[in-house]
Amino acid sequence: MSATEQFIQQLIFGLSNGMIIALIALGYSMVYGIVDLINFAHGDLFMLGTFLALTLVGLVLGLLGVNPQHITPLATFLGILVMLVVCPPFCAGLNWSIDRLAYRRLRNAPKLAPLVAAIGVSFILMNLGQFWGGLPMDVFGQGKAAAAPKNFPDLVPATNLLTKIGLTSNIRFTWKDLMVWSVTLPLLVLLTVVVKFTRLGKAMRATAQNPVAARLMGIDTERVIGSTFLIGGGLAGFASVIYSLYNNTIYFQLGYRSGMDAFTAAVLGGIGNLPGAALGGIVIGLVRAMSDQYVATIWTNTIVFGILVLILVFRPSGLLGARAREKV
Amino acid sequence: MDVLCVENLHAGYGPIEVLKGISLVVRQGEIVTIIGANGAGKTTTLMCISGIVRAREGSIVFQGRQIENLPAHQVVRLGICQSPEGRKIFPRLTVQENLEMGGYAVASPAAVKSGIERAFELFPILKDRRNQAGGTLSGGEQQMLAVARAMMGQPKLLLLDEPSLGLAPLIVVKIFEAIRKLNAEGIAVLLVEQNARMALKLAHRGYVMETGSIVMSDKAEVLLNDQRVKDAYLGK
Repeated sequence: MSATEQFIQQLIFGLSNGMIIALIALGYSMVYGIVDLINFAHGDLFMLGTFLALTLVGLVLGLLGVNPQHITPLATFLGILVMLVVCPPFCAGLNWSIDRLAYRRLRNAPKLAPLVAAIGVSFILMNLGQFWGGLPMDVFGQGKAAAAPKNFPDLVPATNLLTKIGLTSNIRFTWKDLMVWSVTLPLLVLLTVVVKFTRLGKAMRATAQNPVAARLMGIDTERVIGSTFLIGGGLAGFASVIYSLYNNTIYFQLGYRSGMDAFTAAVLGGIGNLPGAALGGIVIGLVRAMSDQYVATIWTNTIVFGILVLILVFRPSGLLGARAREKV
Repeated sequence: MDVLCVENLHAGYGPIEVLKGISLVVRQGEIVTIIGANGAGKTTTLMCISGIVRAREGSIVFQGRQIENLPAHQVVRLGICQSPEGRKIFPRLTVQENLEMGGYAVASPAAVKSGIERAFELFPILKDRRNQAGGTLSGGEQQMLAVARAMMGQPKLLLLDEPSLGLAPLIVVKIFEAIRKLNAEGIAVLLVEQNARMALKLAHRGYVMETGSIVMSDKAEVLLNDQRVKDAYLGK
């Protein structure tokens, strides 16, 4: 593999992982934009999504009588379909419920209160994940070690599509990459359209920019906030499905790990700014891939969080944060 | 007929009581103004009517219906729209989108569209700025947008909080002309102002508010010539 090919390969890895981070980062940014809350439980919500995804795959494989080592096309199709239908609504509903039960009561409290609540919810979800991983199912290793990383069955093959279309190259762009891109890109477009052009999207932006004025316009801001948690949670649900299929390993601390990446991405792009969150996610994905290849894997987290510190010190509004100046 | 009837209204923030039992009425077709110094409770009164600040005691009746402590978004649907203090324009929404938000409670898209056309007739400058972000407008333009935005909700009662604040006299005249025009179309107006002279010249009746209580109420021209009002609020 030549140096150029290696570079392009890392670019592909980085983009695919970056898109997954972007989907999670959007959830942080949307919620921050509308209620000024860093929802630290968001990463753990994503983690629970991956556990649900694994449970569903376990059920589908069990029903079809398919061995996880020898996946059939039918199992792949049914497994992905069921996950994409069930995981996003699950994460959306859970996110909405958390807001309703915990954060909403603290809406008028000092900002520290909901933040601490979010950290508490994060612990609860993480423990739920640990418990879930201990369930006696085949896919969880019969619950022998609840905290151990779980193997996610390889539903999407890592066949190189580039050689399939006749390119004899060392670069690999696989079914997995295609799956990530073909789920993420339409979602990003859809979200942009919803936020920019629909009545709900405009109400979301209005509520984020001035909640009192929004109420004076007849906007039921609590409902709009609830919808924001729904949408953000749904995106995390999609992310959980494609993450599991792409990386094939899940564990109960995954939410913390991915959550920190996504949070960094959201801050990098300018927290509260949605295009910024998507861009930040992709940048963080690329930085991770390049650092893994050209620095060393053990330095990757240091580099990512070094970026977070630099951004917070030198450009707290993020890459796209301070575009529109506000006149008071 | 009374459009709005407020009786013995108490409200406040935390341990501080801002409104200490105020009563006022706005009748059909009237412009009523509340004048008073900073901190007298004028803004709280409007926010209480709009359902943003909770009423602790007393009643607010709008067209025969009790509305105190109704959620704000429902108050708007009954026909009470407010242009708030400090304008509270959505800074990163365009002028057009700001107006659309004003019509959020209006069910028919056609009505929203014609409302925007009317807003552009009332304040032609907004038409030139329609695709500009609200936050980039000048203070006067923002004030026009705030009034136009409140009108988008098809109000029967329009609440205006300090529409003249910080504006050049020429623009204040323009905005007050617009208020008169809207009133002539049958919309009742409750106007809160520190610019007491202009407010009383425009209004039919006025209330004078001091530290959470109404201390005087009369026809506007009577207040305009009242020695105590002159001394306290009109200057020389």
